Amino acid sequence: MLSGKGGTGKTLVSVNFAAAAEAAVYLDCDVEEPNGHLFFKPEITSEELVSAKIPLIDYDRCNGCRTCVDFCKFNALAFIKNKPVLFKDICHSCGGCVLFCPQKAISEEEKNVGMIQSGTSGQVRVHTGFLNTGEASGIPIIKELLKKSAGETALPIFIDCPPGNACSVMESIKDADYCVLVAEPTVFGVHNLKMVCDLAETFHKPYGVVLNKCLEDENPAEEFCKEHHATILGRIPFDSKLGSISSNARIAVRENDRYRELFSELLHTIIEEANHEAVAHPQR
Amino acid sequence: MKIAIPMNEQSMDTEVCPSFGRAPYFLLYDSVTKEAYYLDNEAVASQGGAGIRAAQVIADHGVKALIAPRCGENAAEVLTKAEVFTYHSIPGTARQNIEAHLNNQLPLLSEFHAGFHGHEKK
Repeated sequence: MLSGKGGTGKTLVSVNFAAAAEAAVYLDCDVEEPNGHLFFKPEITSEELVSAKIPLIDYDRCNGCRTCVDFCKFNALAFIKNKPVLFKDICHSCGGCVLFCPQKAISEEEKNVGMIQSGTSGQVRVHTGFLNTGEASGIPIIKELLKKSAGETALPIFIDCPPGNACSVMESIKDADYCVLVAEPTVFGVHNLKMVCDLAETFHKPYGVVLNKCLEDENPAEEFCKEHHATILGRIPFDSKLGSISSNARIAVRENDRYRELFSELLHTIIEEANHEAVAHPQR
Repeated sequence: MKIAIPMNEQSMDTEVCPSFGRAPYFLLYDSVTKEAYYLDNEAVASQGGAGIRAAQVIADHGVKALIAPRCGENAAEVLTKAEVFTYHSIPGTARQNIEAHLNNQLPLLSEFHAGFHGHEKK
């Protein structure tokens, strides 16, 4: 589940799909602001810390050649008085400086960047990634989250992505069989929908669009889908009852027949689409 | 002594750029030879760490004094370690700031912000 901007309904859709599927895995990859757990309120069974590798410079070996500083595209290394100086919070753990150092003066050390909390809510296995405030990248946590569902073949896996189309989203959809793009009926929403359509196409991922917050009026997101031949998977109405249930951190599917039917039907459509894509384009 | 000022335009009669890390140009002024030239700020399009990169450019050019209205913590760390002093600019043009600095009228910048990181105040 992804969207170009925050607040379109990724978590609403992901959580309700997982609940509608009954037995499922839910991965919250929106590690900067994970909120699926607020709905599931899972019984926590385990917590593990996640670390990233950052460079450790051996100043006795360093000859001040500046190769590492010139390589770093994130400006995490400065060159002061002929020696590299690391800014830990800026480092994206790419490991390039270690590879390129001609003196082999750089090794790596572990730095805690966040944690993963796992638990269960009904028959849904909930894994939530939490990135520490101020960290540059959530990728190490997303990688570990995806490992939690590796080898899971019997259950559907719902991945709640971060908003936007940056590295963390690319990492989150890397292993996905199908992308569900959640869009809202505004011109701004269309701009952001286009971003994630482009992303899904770049990664050769089959995708479809869920139109959220639908009103009676014209829907720019729907028009965009028609113009660009993007599959419309279904519509979720702009509905104060649904909004009220969600804003009280409850799961609509679990307490209201009408919404259970709505999300179950939508989920059924998506699974059919995904299976169809798998047959039509097995190379994906 | 070399003095650096972040600039929006390549003219000494225009105002100092409010951003250090994302300033398009740096004015470099040599107080001995009275020569001035401009550097493109390589950091302007950086995804992150622009302040660090901009401070690096300043340090690499042998600048001893930076005149700016504000400066982030990471940039300040690079500048301090590289022994570049940062002075608080006054409203006005680069030329007026250089004159004020040469008359010892600019105080050292004492507060460094934690960075705006995508939330740049206009």
